[in-house]
Amino acid sequence: MKREDAINLVLLLALLATPFIAQAMGETFTVTLVTRITILALAAVGLNIALGLGGLVSFGHAAFFGIGGYAAGILASHAMSGEPMLFGFEGSNQMPVVWLAAAIAAGVVSLAIGAISLRTSGVYFIMITLAFAQMVYYFAISWPAYGGEDGLSIVLRNAFPGVNTMRPMEFFLVCFGVLLAALIFSALLRSSRFGAALQAVRQNEVRVASIGISPMPIRLTAFVLSAMITAVAGALYADLNRFVSPSMLSWHMSGELIVLIILGGTGRLMAPVAGAALFVVLEFWLGGITERWQFFLGLILLATVLFARGGVIGLLAGKERHG
Amino acid sequence: MTFALLIEQLLNGVQLGVMLFLMAAGLTLIFGVMGLINLAHGSLYMVGAFACASVAALTGSFWLGLVASLAAAAAAGALIEITVIRRLYQRDHLDQVLATFALILIFSEGTRWLFGSFPLYLDIPPLLQGAVGLPGGAQYPVYRLAIILAGALVAFGLYALISKTRLGMRIRAGESDREMIAALGVDIRTLYTLVFALGAALAGLAGAMVGALQSVQVGMGEPVLILAFVVIVIGGIGSIKGALVGALLVGSVDTLGRFLLPQALALMVPPDQAGLIGGALASMLIYILMAIILAVKPRGLFPAQA
Repeated sequence: MKREDAINLVLLLALLATPFIAQAMGETFTVTLVTRITILALAAVGLNIALGLGGLVSFGHAAFFGIGGYAAGILASHAMSGEPMLFGFEGSNQMPVVWLAAAIAAGVVSLAIGAISLRTSGVYFIMITLAFAQMVYYFAISWPAYGGEDGLSIVLRNAFPGVNTMRPMEFFLVCFGVLLAALIFSALLRSSRFGAALQAVRQNEVRVASIGISPMPIRLTAFVLSAMITAVAGALYADLNRFVSPSMLSWHMSGELIVLIILGGTGRLMAPVAGAALFVVLEFWLGGITERWQFFLGLILLATVLFARGGVIGLLAGKERHG
Repeated sequence: MTFALLIEQLLNGVQLGVMLFLMAAGLTLIFGVMGLINLAHGSLYMVGAFACASVAALTGSFWLGLVASLAAAAAAGALIEITVIRRLYQRDHLDQVLATFALILIFSEGTRWLFGSFPLYLDIPPLLQGAVGLPGGAQYPVYRLAIILAGALVAFGLYALISKTRLGMRIRAGESDREMIAALGVDIRTLYTLVFALGAALAGLAGAMVGALQSVQVGMGEPVLILAFVVIVIGGIGSIKGALVGALLVGSVDTLGRFLLPQALALMVPPDQAGLIGGALASMLIYILMAIILAVKPRGLFPAQA
């Protein structure tokens, strides 16, 4: 077993074990904190497909995160009020349905955004994804049907068959299960033919084109897949807070998702998990000592970018081998 | 809808455009010369506004505040260029985005630390108070006209600086081949610091001028920054001419869209619906404009480099 694999396994086990230990010690809040880590990690796993594998620096993934959140909120509110929505569909409070809806909605939007923004690259791509995410953000603010600027409350967490999601522990296990599935999917994708092509496109677009693979469809597929996973995370995040608001769509959220991956270590499979854990713990710990925690978070982030480019996993597992 | 109202909205659009140009010119200059994407440009805008508001409150003079805003923003720009930005020129865009994102957190929280969470207010100087009559009988504030004039002067000054002076010649040379001009004995590090400070000063000026129209608060720079991104994407990154055209386009489309769209829709659907859909559509209009322009010209209207 390679050193990085061992570290990955330890990380996952620690993530799974912490809530049980916390529960046993009566620290229910820690369970919620770990659930937050799990969900943010899931969102970053999605982004990592575009950013880590494809080299597509999307600064607009908050759009997909928020769309997932709104999918959960809107479906739940219709299921609650019994008011039919589009095509007479009556909403739903079943998580699998909500996740499917979140993924489809984000898939459609990301297909449109991707088709336009992937025509460009580099700085253009960063700014355009940011701008499109802002467009979704302003739309959510100015459209009053689902709360507008005030956001939308979810009275009861959406249900999962056979689980009482209102209990923190059981909700955590659902989230952990989804994260695990996404990580396995992402690992399989990485070693698949598609994953190889995607990484090749990142490394040398011209060569890939010259051996007869068209880069655009590959990038677009990666972008859409990435958005869909992030949207499922958004749906879970809305369920966790039982609230969804335009702040989930804000560009700070997009920035945070990128930060998670960089803190964890760009290009690594488990970077999202390590990064999310570090970020949430830092936020909680700094927030406990000083009101000005964002100032110090900024300094830590700056230091990471300037001096410790491998992130947490790079620090623990040593340099990445080419591949 | 009267003709006078339309003129007024058009002027508001130009005024927004001029302000966006001041932001976008700095961004696009910094990208063109150093190849750097600077998210913290909005923070420099905020620094300018805060410097102007606090010096104006202290001395009672808006004009001293304006000078202070230029000085403070340029100094802040030079400081972060020397301490942080300089290390980022050779890095990829991802690192630049993250480091400057971190700078935003530091600037925003630092400003809140120094000035508190309450917004500051800045009065329009007595010289520029009041309004002038427009054809059609409407009144238009002198201050907004002054902003338009100041923006036009800056645009002209920037054009003269870049195409007529020695410094401008070096900046243009830096854009096309940085190794070559370093080999010719130009101190490229100082040149970069100067360009960065110049861009910062323009952002600070924009912040100070807008500070008298709206409240001066933490986070004021970010919406403007994103609009400025849209502007330079439309205009072509690295092109000052593109920034000017893009800024005026975005400013007028945004302002006129918010004004005309609900009215146009009212002809087709009930008025309350029209206000709703029109408002939501208008807030998305400039992004739709950007998408259309990119679909036709992926490198913007005036691509800077071939």
